[in-house]
This record gives sequence, C-alpha cells and structure tokens, in this order.
Amino acid sequence: MIETRKKLTPKERLAIPPQEMPAQDPIVRRQNMEEVALGYTEEQAQLEALRCLQCKNAPCVASCPVRIDIPGFIAQIAEGNYKEALSILRASNLFPAICGRVCPQEVQCQSTCTVGRSLKDIEKAVSIGRLERFAADWERFHGELDVPPVKPPSGKRVAIIGSGPAGLAAAADLAKEGHEVTIFEAFHKPGGVMIYGIPEFRLPKAIVQREIEILEKMGVKIITNFLVGRTRTLRDLLEKDGFHAIFIGSGAGLPKFMGIPGENLVGVFSANEYLTRANLMKAYERGKADTPIYPAKRVAVLGGGNVAMDAARMALRLGAEEVFVIYRRTEKEMPARAEEVAHAKEEGIIFRFLENAKRILGDDKSRVVGIECLSYELGEPDASGRRRPVEIPGSEHVMDVDSVIVAIGNESHPLLLQTNPEIAVDRHGHIITDETGKTSMERVYAGGDIVLGSATVILAMGQGRRAAASIHRFLIEN
Amino acid sequence: MHKIVSKKRLSEEVFRITVEAPYIAEARKPGQFVIVQRNSDYAERIPLTIADADPIEGTVTMIFQTVGKSTHKLAELEEGEYIQNILGPLGRPTHIEKVGRVVCVGGGIGAAPLYPIAQGMKQAGNHLIVILGARTKELLIMEEEMRALADELIVVTDDGSYGRKALVTEPLKELCQAFPRPDCVVAIGPPIMMKFCAETTRPFGIKTIVSLNTIMIDGTGMCGGCRVSVGGETKFVCVDGPEFDGHLVDFNNMMLRLSAYKEIEQKAHEECHLEMQLKQMQSGKGKGNP
Ligand SMILES: Cc1cc2nc3c(=O)[nH]c(=O)nc-3n(C[C@H](O)[C@H](O)[C@H](O)COP(=O)(O)OP(=O)(O)OC[C@H]3O[C@@H](n4cnc5c(N)ncnc54)[C@H](O)[C@@H]3O)c2cc1C
Ligand SMILES: Cc1cc2nc3c(=O)[nH]c(=O)nc-3n(C[C@H](O)[C@H](O)[C@H](O)COP(=O)(O)OP(=O)(O)OC[C@H]3O[C@@H](n4cnc5c(N)ncnc54)[C@H](O)[C@@H]3O)c2cc1C
Ligand code: SF4
Ligand code: SF4
Ligand code: FES
Repeated sequence: MIETRKKLTPKERLAIPPQEMPAQDPIVRRQNMEEVALGYTEEQAQLEALRCLQCKNAPCVASCPVRIDIPGFIAQIAEGNYKEALSILRASNLFPAICGRVCPQEVQCQSTCTVGRSLKDIEKAVSIGRLERFAADWERFHGELDVPPVKPPSGKRVAIIGSGPAGLAAAADLAKEGHEVTIFEAFHKPGGVMIYGIPEFRLPKAIVQREIEILEKMGVKIITNFLVGRTRTLRDLLEKDGFHAIFIGSGAGLPKFMGIPGENLVGVFSANEYLTRANLMKAYERGKADTPIYPAKRVAVLGGGNVAMDAARMALRLGAEEVFVIYRRTEKEMPARAEEVAHAKEEGIIFRFLENAKRILGDDKSRVVGIECLSYELGEPDASGRRRPVEIPGSEHVMDVDSVIVAIGNESHPLLLQTNPEIAVDRHGHIITDETGKTSMERVYAGGDIVLGSATVILAMGQGRRAAASIHRFLIEN
Repeated sequence: MHKIVSKKRLSEEVFRITVEAPYIAEARKPGQFVIVQRNSDYAERIPLTIADADPIEGTVTMIFQTVGKSTHKLAELEEGEYIQNILGPLGRPTHIEKVGRVVCVGGGIGAAPLYPIAQGMKQAGNHLIVILGARTKELLIMEEEMRALADELIVVTDDGSYGRKALVTEPLKELCQAFPRPDCVVAIGPPIMMKFCAETTRPFGIKTIVSLNTIMIDGTGMCGGCRVSVGGETKFVCVDGPEFDGHLVDFNNMMLRLSAYKEIEQKAHEECHLEMQLKQMQSGKGKGNP
C-alpha cells in the first residue's frame, strides 16, 4: 500500500479531493459548547497527507512563524507513523494540538502551499493545520503524557509573568535546560487567552490543561492569584525573591471601546468581559455557575476579528436568537480565521458589512434597546493598501438589539508598566525589546501580545521561545 | 488556599473574617482591595476591601455584608476552612497626606473600608472627624474602633434607634458650614449615599473622595466591567481607582450599571437567604453570633 502511495505522481496527488473537516451539525452545535470541528479520521488524514507534493523548496515552511518541517511531518502521517510526525512537529512547535486548531493557516503556512497555487484556490491548499491537529490528537488519544527530559538543575531561577502561550513556551524551554521556573498568573487558572478568551467550542480546555500538566511534570511551578506589580513588584522578584531573570508575557489587557455615546449603558460589554464570564467563570453552565450572564435576545457584536467571531458565536450558545456582526469593511478584509467566519455563517450569525456603530441607544432604565449605525463604502486605498471605508452621509439607521459586545481589540495591560516605570514602552504601551526579547530593564525579557500588540498564539509562543533562548544564554554566561 | 483564622458576626448581616494571605498582608496599603473566590469551579469573583492586615502574622481582614449569593456563601465558611482564591492587593492606594481637618463618612458596610483610610489620615497628623451612619442600630459597625481613633465621632441612624436620627449628609452639611471648614471629605458607603455626600460638599468646594464599588470580574484592568464615567471620561475602577473625586463621578450611570443583573441576583439571593435561615433554625442558634 505504502509502496504504491509513494509512487503517486504530482498529477495524481493534485487529483485527490481536499478532505473536508467533519463538524458538528450547525443546528445542533449552536445549542452546545462542545467542539465544532471534530478532526480528521485516520483515513482522511492519510488521504490529505497524500495531497502534499513534498516540494523541495517547501514554501509552506517559510510562511510558518516557527518553521515547522511541514513536508517532513506530513510524509510521516502518509506512512501512518503518527508518533514520528508528532516529534517533528514538537521540535519546532510545543503546542501542536493548539496551533493546529487556532492558527490562521490561510494567511500563514497554507497561504504559499504549491497545491493551493496549482489549483488556483487557496482553500484547496494542503490542510496543514488539520493534519497537525490530527497528529497531536492521535497522541492524546493513544499515548501517555510525553514529558520531555529535563537537564540537571542549573541552580538558576527564572520568574515568568503570565501563563499565556508566550509564558508557557518560555517556561518549557527554560525548564528543559534545568533552570528552576516559576510562573506567576493573575487569574485563578493558568492558560491566558487560551483559557479565558477562546471558547471551549473552538479549543477544548482539556487540551490546554494537558500542556500545563506536562509543564508541571517537568518541574515548573505555577502560582495563580498573583498579580505582579501589585502582589509583588518586578524589583521584589529580582532583589528579595532571588530570581535571576524574568520573562514578561502578560498579554494584551485593557479592552478598547469605540468612544461613542451610550457605551456605558447597561448591556454593553467588552468581548473580554463577555467571554471571561462565559469561559473562565463558566457562566454557560447555568444553574451551576454563580457568575451571571446578561440575558439578551438580539445581540450586536462590533468588530471583525477572531474575538468578534467568538463573542458572536458564544452569544448564540447563551440563548440569543439573533446575533449581528457589524464590521466597517467587507468580508475580504476581516482579520478573523476563514474557518471561524464560515462556521459562524453556518450557525446563522448575521453579518452586516460596511456598517459601523454611531451610538448605542438606551431606555429610561439605561438598558440597551438599539444601536444606530452608519453605512460605509470602500474608498481609495490607504497606506496599508486596503481600501479605506468611508461613511455615506445621511445613512443612519437603527437596529433593535438588547445587548452590544465591543470587540475592536485591546491596548496593552497598563498595570505592570504603571508600577515599573523603568521598562521602556512605545507609544501604544507595548514593551520595547531587542531582537532577543530583552527589555530596557536589566535581566528582564518580554514577548507575546505585550510586545507585539494583539497577535496570534503561534507568534506569542515563538517570542516566548526566543526570549527563553536568550535568557538561557544570559544565565550560563553569568 | 487561604485558611480562615478567625470569623466573627458583627451584626445580623455583617461578618468579619481574617484569612492567611502573607504576600497581600505585606504589600497592601489603605484603600486597596482583594478579589475573593470561594472555589475555582463555579464561584463568583467578588471584590472586598482590605479592612485591616497583619504583616507579621501574614493575615488580612475583610468585613462584608451578606447582600447576595456570593457573600452569603462566604459567610457560611467557618474558622479553619479555606477560601481557594484571593487576589490582591488591588487598586491604587489612598493618597494620604496632612491637609488639616478630615471628615470620614461611613455608611453601613462602608465603615469597614473607611477604617484603614481613617487610620492613615489620623496617623498623618490630621484632625479626624468620623460620621458613621446605618439604617438601624443593629447594622451599625466599627463604632468602637472609630471612637478610639477619631477626634470627634458622630453616629446617626435612619430610624433614630441609636445616636442621632438623621442621614449622614445632615451632620456633614453642618460641618461644612462651621468654622474651620473641613479640608477634605472621604465618603464610603452605598452609591446613593456617596452621591449625596458629594452633592453636600459641592457648594462648599471641599475636596471629596469616594470609593466606588462597581461590579468586577478580573480586577486587573482586563475586562472593563468596572468602568465608570468620571468627569466625562471612562475610567476602570480596578486600576484607576477605586477612589475618585466624588464631584466628577457619574453616580446615576454607575448605579444603573450595578443593577445589570438584579433579577438574576435577586433570585439567587432569596434562595441563599432562606437556606441560611433554615440552617440557623436547624442548629437552634445564629451560627457565629457574637
Ligand atoms: C477571544 C480571542 C480569540 C482569539 N483567537 C485566536 C485564534 O484563533 N488564533 C490565534 O492564533 N490567536 C487568537 N487570539 C490571540 C491570541 O490568543 C493571543 O495573541 C495570545 O494568547 C497572546 O499570548 P500571550 O502569552 O502574549 O498572552 P495571553 O494569552 O494574553 O496571556 C497573558 C496572561 O498573563 C496574565 N497576566 C497579565 N498581567 C499579569 C501580571 N501583572 N501578573 C501576573 N499575570 C499577569 C493574564 O492574566 C494572562 O493569563 C485570540 C484572542 C482572543 C482574546
Ligand atoms: C473595590 C470594592 C470594594 C468593596 N468592598 C466591600 C467590602 O469591604 N465589604 C462589602 O460588604 N462589600 C464590598 N464591596 C461590594 C461587594 O463586592 C458586593 O457586595 C458583592 O460583590 C456582592 O456579591 P453577592 O453575590 O453577594 O451579591 P449580588 O447578588 O451580586 O448583589 C446583591 C445586591 O447587591 C448589589 N450589588 C452587587 N454588587 C455590588 C457592589 N459591588 N457594591 C454594592 N452593591 C452591589 C446588587 O445590585 C444587588 O442588589 C466592594 C466592591 C468593590 C468594587
Ligand atoms: S504552527 Fe500554525 S502556521 Fe505553523 S504549520 Fe502549524 S498551523 Fe501552520
Ligand atoms: S507547499 Fe504544500 S505541497 Fe509543498 S510541501 Fe508544503 S504543504 Fe506540501
Ligand atoms: S474589573 Fe475587569 S477591568 Fe476592572
């Protein structure tokens, strides 16, 4: 069988139809919190793997932020060697089960895939992310916890602030080198956005918890309910608590609001608040959770990114009858992952493109009853090359909604910087680092959203690893 | 995990608990608060002011009123039991300095968060006048502590069951009219009380600090649930506050936002209240009564 497969010609490979991702039925899933995408079967994974042309120059590799040996791991899947596939993945990516699910593949690895190019349709590129997920899930279902070996204790101690992908990745690499690693997390559960922001139906929490369990088995200590800056300062950690270096992966905090009238009405939420109530505080388990969720039947979500998609789809699952996503540009410009947009549409989310909120309307008790929007059209391209939306004068119109969720992005977390003025930041409040992740403060490194602004899981992870490498260099030299 | 080392029922609805939390005890300053969550699974995160702390013992004390489900559940925990999560100290500390005459106004449970501030104000060398108010005698707390601290103490109750029959704003107004005038007023209590205290001092142009008790989730500046409008600008109570210039706060909007979950909370509260009463009846006494 394998023999014949190896002999497939490129033409034959291109003729294999792209494998569809099995998913829960849209009517059913809009009522539950279970994962939407179900994952390839073994047979599907092998067929999809056979579509890869094993390109010599492998353009896909260059467009993966952590340069995974993509043809390498796919070849192993085609041969049924899932364990080997996974070790290739893990060599570059610590969390393949997570990235396989949440990476925006269509703008990263899959954007340059030769198969997609040959078929003149990027959607027909090899589904690298789904294969990555398959290999990682296969291990989850068939293997023991695979705890990487750890070098003998180096006697050096590193504090990691924040347990999102940046912090977890840095912790893993430093622990492997034998350093004593302690993660400080403000929330009561570790995982960062992967726990409090991205919903269960897209990234099951058990997957993140498993990665954290591996870290703990490697000796990493996690201290929750600890807000660096308030509970203790960076200086305290370095001077009183004997840490030799610090990595800051505190993420993007402070939610942005539109600055329009009516934004403080009852029933207006930041997506962060809405999703934290729903995910971290488990408000979706009604009757069990003490944290309430605002009851709303018609919900407007402002924004067009992953956060907006998550908030909209969550609102549906929490009992909304109609959910509108209001976005200033067109579908083409939406930064959300293509798959999430497609899933949202299937679930019945209503997209209102080329519209933007002008003000939010309330009743005599200050509860949201509507939103006034303006229509837009696309004008001249701006500096980024995207055609800029321009408002159409006099196009005001009102939509009846009883809740509004603002998902237009985050500014950086102010607290750590407020309490540690010696760390240099740019005018957006993002920490400035050199190319190794070092900040302006001695022995302090940073990475992830606090440096990049709102980024992605894989980029945050990559930055965590880069900083870990330079922290390690610093520790052995000193 | 934070062990409850002591618990006392101060009145029908008010409890004082002291818990182990060494880092917080060491770092906290007057005016700061913590977020308390009984357990990680389904419990709510609720903000409570640090009423006192002992850095040597490594403990912090909170005084809270049972107003809803989470505070009732918290009141059910006994000495020796544990609270799973406590985050803090949060918020900006009170700006304490010597200004001359300071009036501290505490309404109901507000007397608890007021205490460390009054303490700080006194230590800084101010002449300290304290006004304590409650609906009725039963609900008055912190009287002895405040009496020991203040240069003058004025007690009022809404129904006249103790002290003077008045709202806190009456003696406050008299103090504003008298000479020498207060240089600063700190008012902590229900939003409506803080609003009227601010209205009382406004015509006299006396600086008035209030401590806002909005709904919170994370307490770290991440969710925006605690936002209030102060002087026309949106502020986050957990990182920019909890204290603000009372003359600039939009109290009406804040009160409406506090009522966002009223119906859901009401139901949960009634259930909890009944449960608590039932338990008390079964054990034949008010558990933890003084
Ligand atoms: C709803 C949502 C959906 C998303 N969807 C996707 C997606 O599909 N694909 C994708 O690639 N990316 C997605 N992203 C973006 C991605 O999650 C982030 O880019 C990534 O999580 C950033 O990682 P980080 O480690 O920098 O920070 P975070 O994940 O934000 O973690 C930071 C952690 O630090 C803690 N912290 C902050 N300050 C302190 C302090 N002072 N002391 C102690 N702890 C502190 C925080 O509580 C938090 O747990 C999404 C983001 C959101 C909000
Ligand atoms: C910075 C800060 C410090 C605080 N310090 C203290 C303290 O020292 N002692 C104390 O008893 N309380 C304090 N509070 C208020 C306390 O957090 C609330 O009473 C508590 O969250 C109510 O939870 P619950 O589930 O029992 O009641 P819920 O069911 O949430 O509410 C019951 C009733 O109380 C009202 N309510 C809800 N939240 C608040 C609130 N934050 N403030 C006032 N009323 C509210 C609701 O409108 C409702 O009518 C503080 C709040 C903040 C923001
Ligand atoms: S990590 Fe992300 S970008 Fe890289 S191969 Fe995997 S899915 Fe593609
Ligand atoms: S570009 Fe596409 S076809 Fe070529 S190696 Fe990468 S995944 Fe395979
Ligand atoms: S409580 Fe979330 S930002 Fe203040």
